[in-house]
Amino acid sequence: MKKTKQLFAGLTLLASSQQGAQADYPLNLMEGITKVSNHIYDLHMLILWICVFIGIAVFGTMFYSIFHHRKSKGHKAAQFHENTTVEIIWTIIPTLILVAMAIPATKAVIELDDVQDSEMSIKVTGKQWYWDYQYLDNGIKFESHLDEASEKAHRLANGNPHSVPHYLLNVDNPLVVPVNKKIRFVFTAADVIHSWWVPDLGWKKDANPGFINEAWTFVPKAGTYRGQCTELCGRDHGFMPIVVIAMEQPDYDAWVKKTLAKQQEKVDLSDLTREDLMSKGASVYLKNCVSCHQINGSGITGTYPALTASPRVIGPIDPLIGFIQAGTSRMPAFSKLKDDELAALLTYIRNAPELGNSVGDEIQPKTITPVYDDEDDDKK
Amino acid sequence: MSAVVAEHDHHHDDHDHGPAKGILRWIITTNHKDIGTLYLLFALAMFFVGGSMAMIIRAELFEPGMQFVDPQFFNSMTTMHALVMVFGAVMPAFVGLANWMIPMMIGAPDMALPRMNNMSFWLLVAGVLMLASTLFMEGGAPAGGWTLYPPLVLQTGKAFPFAVFSVHLLGISSIMGAINIIATILNMRAPAMTLMKMPLFVWTWLITGFLLIAIMPVFAGAVTMLLTDKFFHTSFFDAAGGGDPVLYQHIFWFFGHPEVYVMILPTFGVASTIIPVFARKPLFGYSSMVYATASIAFLSFIVWAHHMFTVGMPLAGELYFMYATMLIAIPTGVKVFNWTATMWKGSMTFETPMLFSIAFVVLFTLGGFTGLMMSIAPVDFQYHDTYFIVAHFHYTLVPASIFILMAAGYYWLPKWTGHMYNEKIGQLHFWLSTISVNILFFPQHFLGLAGMPRRIPDYAIQFADWNMISSIGGFIFGASQLLFLYIVVDTIRGGTGEKVTDEVWEDAHKHGLEWTLPSPVPYHTFTTPPTVIPTEHI
Repeated sequence: MKKTKQLFAGLTLLASSQQGAQADYPLNLMEGITKVSNHIYDLHMLILWICVFIGIAVFGTMFYSIFHHRKSKGHKAAQFHENTTVEIIWTIIPTLILVAMAIPATKAVIELDDVQDSEMSIKVTGKQWYWDYQYLDNGIKFESHLDEASEKAHRLANGNPHSVPHYLLNVDNPLVVPVNKKIRFVFTAADVIHSWWVPDLGWKKDANPGFINEAWTFVPKAGTYRGQCTELCGRDHGFMPIVVIAMEQPDYDAWVKKTLAKQQEKVDLSDLTREDLMSKGASVYLKNCVSCHQINGSGITGTYPALTASPRVIGPIDPLIGFIQAGTSRMPAFSKLKDDELAALLTYIRNAPELGNSVGDEIQPKTITPVYDDEDDDKK
Repeated sequence: MSAVVAEHDHHHDDHDHGPAKGILRWIITTNHKDIGTLYLLFALAMFFVGGSMAMIIRAELFEPGMQFVDPQFFNSMTTMHALVMVFGAVMPAFVGLANWMIPMMIGAPDMALPRMNNMSFWLLVAGVLMLASTLFMEGGAPAGGWTLYPPLVLQTGKAFPFAVFSVHLLGISSIMGAINIIATILNMRAPAMTLMKMPLFVWTWLITGFLLIAIMPVFAGAVTMLLTDKFFHTSFFDAAGGGDPVLYQHIFWFFGHPEVYVMILPTFGVASTIIPVFARKPLFGYSSMVYATASIAFLSFIVWAHHMFTVGMPLAGELYFMYATMLIAIPTGVKVFNWTATMWKGSMTFETPMLFSIAFVVLFTLGGFTGLMMSIAPVDFQYHDTYFIVAHFHYTLVPASIFILMAAGYYWLPKWTGHMYNEKIGQLHFWLSTISVNILFFPQHFLGLAGMPRRIPDYAIQFADWNMISSIGGFIFGASQLLFLYIVVDTIRGGTGEKVTDEVWEDAHKHGLEWTLPSPVPYHTFTTPPTVIPTEHI
């Protein structure tokens, strides 16, 4: 009995709190901001209420029976055990309800599926453990990693998630889209299956390695919308969020211009101070290395080698550069790191006290020249 | 309505075919009751092993931030918790019940294939031990989820081939168990026990047996393809070699969807057995129950891709799998209505087995409702892979399958042991479990709807409060199960000391053949088949 009370209290709350999505006790599905997400929300509410009414009818009958048809009240058991009419009725009524639900549901599926007539396309590639975005129309391309504050808060023993704004739901480079345009997304993955979900847009889509999936959205109002990877993709599955910023067209155009200009800038090879090298190196490390080699450089015994006191890390510099750029069968190639980033990273991993290394050198961007170490990559 | 055949009474003094002495009795036994006991005790042990893993998961999720475990170990825990609970606890527990009860319910002296019965139990132990051993291997236990999706699962360390071989062993064990149960039911019924007079537990297991034989080889095939992809350079699931990772998901869920019904159909059978006894009424709609079970089993084979709505299917696929899945609500609804109608105008009493059965009907129906919600493909684009689905399948497994296993324990323990359990502690166990299971799983609906993905070791701050409540519910639920352990041990060792009658529950002998046997049941029963069978359950 207590059960149903709880249940009904819960469901009433659920129904009465459509605005409470961001409160401390969120209850119901987010309505979202797109037409599709609103249709999905309406469907969700429709079927929820149907379930509530069926529940009230069935549990009501059952609990009436439990209160009144009990032996302690001297109720004598009837001996009926079938009634064809009743059985036909309770087969046909659910069938009709299902047919009634299937109609709006079918419309919504067709709507979700329709990627025709899109005005721009963005390719989304899931990688362990970040997202890679590529604007197919203008050539903008960037990676989107969990922000540094969240990284530190969940990795450091003294990290405090409560002090981080949008903990685990913030990224360094958000995906920027214009409002009021039909945007087509194409999804794929580089390694394992990921899934791209922003609840406010109303859907998620799997990113499968070697295959392309499509989906679309039309964002009617500017704002920041957050989501996460929803297909288990390995150790840092919980740490690859999605942030979409929708901008008015002029703001978006300005962003495109700025981003393209920045993308075409030459790498700045001028010397950096030790502090700059170390802080820049730390941030490159947090984005690219920390998932495997860990925040203190300890690695994971038996899986990922430690950087602390590793002969390869603290040894001669050129083979190390080659190693990082070429990767091995177990470590991805980091040829994507620009010379200034690589220089900072090298300085950091060789000298960071938190990693337990102190070679005492500084590697400047100028000194980076690709030297590939062909011998026996897998030895270590 | 029924009559008791006195034949079995003579066997009290017949010690010629008693059990072997000592530990060897349990190793070499071919007696269906001994093997049933082994299965049940093993399942209970695994319930606590899998439960401990759940406690680790809930402890890590108690508050935001990483407190206790490494994310990879967390993933291993979610993976192993599921595998241990599915293959080590729930399935073996129902096989244990089948071993104990099916021969006694159909008037057979034992299972049809007693030696295979022994072998299938010990293969199960070997399989689960091999699976558990992966926890201690370099690279850790499998951490790609119990669905073992490639390419992620191929990143498993040394544990990978062991996990695959353990699935093979578990599969062989299940298939042998299923063959045995089908052979027993089809060949060893007492002459008067026609198919449409069988207790529903027997019917549901007959259907489950066919499900198992159909699906376990599919799963074995899928993991074998993983194995060759990993070690022999095949490319079944690797796009670079012309394969497709989504192919695995189709194969897996062709196994996986019937598999979840393997865990729920016998549950329906036990509920249909217990509720009429405590309502003192015949089961409402016996034949529609049988047909509904068969329909659910059939549908389970043609709905698999509803686990994959967001994987990128063509429109026609989305629509077909949505419609087919919605259909399941009809036979499932019939079952719930039938149980309600069975209680209607009964003369109910509320001993622990009945309490657990009523909680099952209510809470399973809740899980069914969320299942119906998720069958709507477009809405599933929001629900998929969130805590909403976690709440859904835990409602259909914990307060459904597990509760009914508890109910079955309370219901049949007096028959098995000849001792009565302590009703007060039993009811305490029921109330603690029922309240805490809802504190544990109900908030997970809210978390999923609010946007919390499943299988994450850490979460954003707005999910903190419900997670803490859920964890508290989890700890209470976990601790409450120690009461069950206490009751089982206590009952075996004498319970309340009260002498239980042969029928144990009022007029139970009208409902099932097992209640016409003495309590405790002799080592051998129905060496000659009974000539009259009870018909109250029909």
